[in-house]
Amino acid sequence: MTLSKQIGFVGMKRQLWTFTVLGLLTQMLSFPGDVDAQNEASDYGIQEVAEINRLIRQGWSDYEIRPSAAAPDGEWVRRLYLDILGRVPSVDELREFTKDRSPEKRKALVTTLLYDEEYTEQYANNWTTIWTNVLIGRSGGTERNSLINRPGMQKYLRDSLARNKYYNEMVFDLVTATGSNTPGTENFNGAVNFMTMKLEEKAAQATAKTSRIFLGLQVQCTQCHNHPFNEWKQQKFWEMNAFFRQTRALRRFETGTRNVSHVELVNESFQGEGLTKDPDKADIYYELRNGITKVAYPVFVDGQTINPSGYVEDVVRRNELGKLMMESRYLDKMLANRMWAHFMGYGFTKPIDDMGPHNPATHPELLDYMGQQIRKKNFDLKQLISWIALSESYALSSRSNSSNESLDDPLLGETPKFSRFYMRQMRAEELYESLITATRALEGRGSYEEQEELKSRWLGQFVVAFGNDEGEETTSFNGTIPQALMLFNGDLVKKATSSDKGSFLSELASSELNNTQKINYLFEAAFARKPNMNEVKVANQLLAARKGDLTAALQDIWWAVLNSNEFILNH
Amino acid sequence: MSRSTPTGMSRRHFMSHLTGASAMTMPALAMGNTLLANADDLKRRRKSAILLWMGGGPSTMDIWDLKPGAPTGGPFRPIATSGDVQISEHMPLMAKQMHNMAIVRSMSTREADHGRGRYYMHTGYVPNPNIEHPSYGAVLSHQLNHQRPELEIPPFVTVGGGSVGPGFLGMAWAPFSVNSNGQVRNLQMGLEDQRLYQRMYALDLIESGFINQRRGSAASDHQKILKKTLNLMTSSQMDAFKVAGEPEDVKERYGNTNFGRGCLMARRLVEQGVPFIEVGLGGWDNHNNIHATLRDTKLPELDQAMSALTEDLEQRGLLEDTAIIWMGEFSRTPRINGNAGRDHWARSWSVVVGGGGMNGGIAVGETNSDGTRVETEPYTSQDVMASVCKALGISLQTTFTSQNGRPMKIANSGKVIKELFS
Repeated sequence: MTLSKQIGFVGMKRQLWTFTVLGLLTQMLSFPGDVDAQNEASDYGIQEVAEINRLIRQGWSDYEIRPSAAAPDGEWVRRLYLDILGRVPSVDELREFTKDRSPEKRKALVTTLLYDEEYTEQYANNWTTIWTNVLIGRSGGTERNSLINRPGMQKYLRDSLARNKYYNEMVFDLVTATGSNTPGTENFNGAVNFMTMKLEEKAAQATAKTSRIFLGLQVQCTQCHNHPFNEWKQQKFWEMNAFFRQTRALRRFETGTRNVSHVELVNESFQGEGLTKDPDKADIYYELRNGITKVAYPVFVDGQTINPSGYVEDVVRRNELGKLMMESRYLDKMLANRMWAHFMGYGFTKPIDDMGPHNPATHPELLDYMGQQIRKKNFDLKQLISWIALSESYALSSRSNSSNESLDDPLLGETPKFSRFYMRQMRAEELYESLITATRALEGRGSYEEQEELKSRWLGQFVVAFGNDEGEETTSFNGTIPQALMLFNGDLVKKATSSDKGSFLSELASSELNNTQKINYLFEAAFARKPNMNEVKVANQLLAARKGDLTAALQDIWWAVLNSNEFILNH
Repeated sequence: MSRSTPTGMSRRHFMSHLTGASAMTMPALAMGNTLLANADDLKRRRKSAILLWMGGGPSTMDIWDLKPGAPTGGPFRPIATSGDVQISEHMPLMAKQMHNMAIVRSMSTREADHGRGRYYMHTGYVPNPNIEHPSYGAVLSHQLNHQRPELEIPPFVTVGGGSVGPGFLGMAWAPFSVNSNGQVRNLQMGLEDQRLYQRMYALDLIESGFINQRRGSAASDHQKILKKTLNLMTSSQMDAFKVAGEPEDVKERYGNTNFGRGCLMARRLVEQGVPFIEVGLGGWDNHNNIHATLRDTKLPELDQAMSALTEDLEQRGLLEDTAIIWMGEFSRTPRINGNAGRDHWARSWSVVVGGGGMNGGIAVGETNSDGTRVETEPYTSQDVMASVCKALGISLQTTFTSQNGRPMKIANSGKVIKELFS
């Protein structure tokens, strides 16, 4: 007895869902087996795109590899929505794009997603999620008695991203911010939330995270000793640290109670740590491993010094730091590396925020070029996104060919050559938003704050803390059993596959579409492609097994689709 | 163990029918699974390990290697134990179990950053941007899994901690992460078996189609996880996670803490046949006010749970086949800093091992009078790992082939700490 009979796929008399031969042929033609990109990809008349393509191609010829074929429209548009808006495209959005025949339609779509008012809010929300996780982690502000106000952090980021504030200005805000951390309180400035909880233990975390996130310099080890691998010395850590020592996070109480109402970040004059307490030369001290004590004053990574006074009337040290950071080449290179990694799956260094001679970049010339160009464009994030999203590499298939299968697989320990698109798990937030998009549950959602609350409760099940003072955390989300269980049986998927009145599936079932169109709709919603012959066949078997109950059969298919690798991977 | 359909097909059996060519590919070593006929025989000699992971880096000179009177020594006094070693006065219950444990006092490592130290102590390798090494749990469960063909739940469980992933062994050997109350979310589907199989059949067809398009290991790894998930959903072995059902006096002995419940769960999982369990206890990153924190919270919690676990395993005859490893990513500076805390320190510190036939009641190696240097042969993460492998009967000649074809010796060619076995 065959397996399909054993599980009850029997007695099927006729094909209930038809699939035309024409459809099958199209399918086969759109998935060529082992071909490479034949022609030079378009640069859409954008000089930066042309140069990115040239430098990437140079790497291919150095390693003598052929890139993968270009990705079909459906795959490209799916990844573009995921990477820019944090969700898969809706069926309507997908179809509008695929039916467009103009040669510049990809450029037009990138422009639409970045600049059309219709998408401003989604763009800002998605990048707010990304930056919030970078700046304060997935759990920042979720514990009781936290000095971080997560909605405050998000409000600052959303406002800034919605009006496309230049990146360097955002960094300046985050590094120099003062004010209250909580929306609705006097002096509110959400940017302070980046630093409110990083000031303990002489602001060691503020020093380490500011250097790491914005400059790609990992200095945390050098708090206690000279770094064994890179050029950072312990002295440098404390010179950088000296910039943060006028800063304090003060708890403000509700009038007449001991209940914390909010936290205020302030700059206060700093008299130094020395015995003489000379604020005109406010010094700090640190210990070498051998117990000898050394002095440090604020000095930037490149050796530039500032007025050592601790009086805020003379000099606000964080403002000076902010200005020095704006001029640093580390700032633009770190941004280019981070954004490239976001779209491509790998950056030019691994990890992306550990740069310098000890960890050479895979494409140093390209990294330098992109950094320079984005600096020339005033750190306009949307321009940088356009260049990367329109580059040839981003448009390649995730299917490998015989030439790049082993030579260009970073999972095999090879350095990335970007000769194909590297598949990756959707982030938890992307999966959440994609499930909502795919089931058209966008209508009638609550306010941003309410949505965030629901989402963060759902995400909470996947966050695991490491239990150290640096607030490190990891996620049990990526490709694990808890993730699979969530997709098998979790509330979110139960809702997405519900057959109740008014649900997505019951509406689809009772719509005017014919059965083939209904199945197509589900596959396009999840995969941005139509089903193949085998998939239609199994859909027919399910319909027969459900004894013609169309909604129930759609439920089974939809469940299988949402649980598949093809859905949860950005490919 | 698993439930069967009316036609007598278990879910596990059903899954084995699903085709998916790539689901068949296994790391080379899994092929060494000899078919051993007698299940009782297997059960008798199956080996396990429990890693008690102390996130943040505990100060071992305040726990296992005291320096009373030294300027760096801190206020704690040493006490005698049931073994030939002394430990901190704030570990009175462990003192009665030390005949089972050995303290390796001459650990000397180089990684004093949390992330790097966690990686190094879990894998035996320093971080390398081009390769991800498998952690203890992945390596040991991969090696020991064949001893328990009846196991339906994941062979690598972590309770209340982060651990480190399976690296190049693939997601099939990733840790199954649960919290200490043992409730696993989303276990119930509420669907009749027949319909579930039909859904799984459709899902497998879609999955396999995608895998066959040469998209790399992320696609095929997912299919393996689905298989494990289905196994677990229907297994009565999941009861092992339910610590709440233990008698009150037992729960009390382990302590009413997350770590206590985690250790109790570890014992239950070992009894069920899980080869590797990691139980995490964080909060050791004591840059400030270290001694009050240790005395009032951390050490009582550790002492109660660790001693109950050791005692239970011994009483049940399981300790002989179960290795216990206690360690963090590094230790803390002998010098006490200006905030009455200790900072990161990896040059001279201790880990504790026991069970699995390793010698108990001893201290291996020693540090100098103020704890700043090891005076005897220094040991590393690799050496601890090699010793645990030996205790569990895993050959140190075992070699993995990473996905790019590079041979990787188990425990990174560490040397066995001989005092543990003589």
